[in-house]
Amino acid sequence: MQLDSILFYLFAVQILFSALMTITRRNVVYSAVWLISTLVGVAGIYLLQGAEFLAGVQIILYIGGITVLFLFVIMLVPVSEESRQRRFSSQLWAVLIVAVLLTGELGYFLWQGADSFQMGEPTPPAEIGTVTTNSEQIGQVLFSEYLLPFELASILLLVAMIGAVVMAKARPGEE
Amino acid sequence: MPVTHYLVLSMALLIIGTVGVLTRRNIIVILMSIELILNAVNINLVAFSNYLQNINGQVFTIFVITDAAAEAAVGLGILIALFRNKETVHADEIDILRW
Repeated sequence: MQLDSILFYLFAVQILFSALMTITRRNVVYSAVWLISTLVGVAGIYLLQGAEFLAGVQIILYIGGITVLFLFVIMLVPVSEESRQRRFSSQLWAVLIVAVLLTGELGYFLWQGADSFQMGEPTPPAEIGTVTTNSEQIGQVLFSEYLLPFELASILLLVAMIGAVVMAKARPGEE
Repeated sequence: MPVTHYLVLSMALLIIGTVGVLTRRNIIVILMSIELILNAVNINLVAFSNYLQNINGQVFTIFVITDAAAEAAVGLGILIALFRNKETVHADEIDILRW
């Protein structure tokens, strides 16, 4: 067994186990910590795929930004009496239908094997020597082909920031 | 590693995230499950980006991560406003619009 296979299965087991723990823990703080473990595993998967820049972004933005945001909000909402209540909602039928459908699709895919899917042929990589590193490639594409979506993403972030501040702010007259 | 292994991993993570969104009552855990779903999509994009030797998939992943950050910020802002008004973080207790 090669090293990348072993690493893949390690990361896959870590991701799936931590994800299961995330959605089953009673205490929300434990859920957040297991979510961090899942995100670290996904960063490892990115590294295995040769996407080093994305692995860094995953660690910095997801774990350093979003998860810390989750933990801050958990601190603002009292958890102590939450933890004694029911964890799961009662919409059992919707869950069963969706889970059985999705798992059936996954099982069909596993049963049929890779031949049932028509994957595109991999194109030969661009000439070696012009662009070398992963970040350089992403930067070149991002600032040439995807310049307009890049700028739109900045507007989206601005709108989200203003929206979050407006909604989380206490109204005058309250409290 | 063949690309199908990554696709199966992505699918399994997507199923876990979907079940989390549908079953949990706590809105914070529902938002975390949405992050799981977005991560499953990202694994898929990066796997195909590596398989097809095309960098566009990774660029798209950056946009997905941006959207995830915006969604988390707005969602948690809504959650704080909701808790201030209704004193609950449970999704099934918020039913004013239900007829």
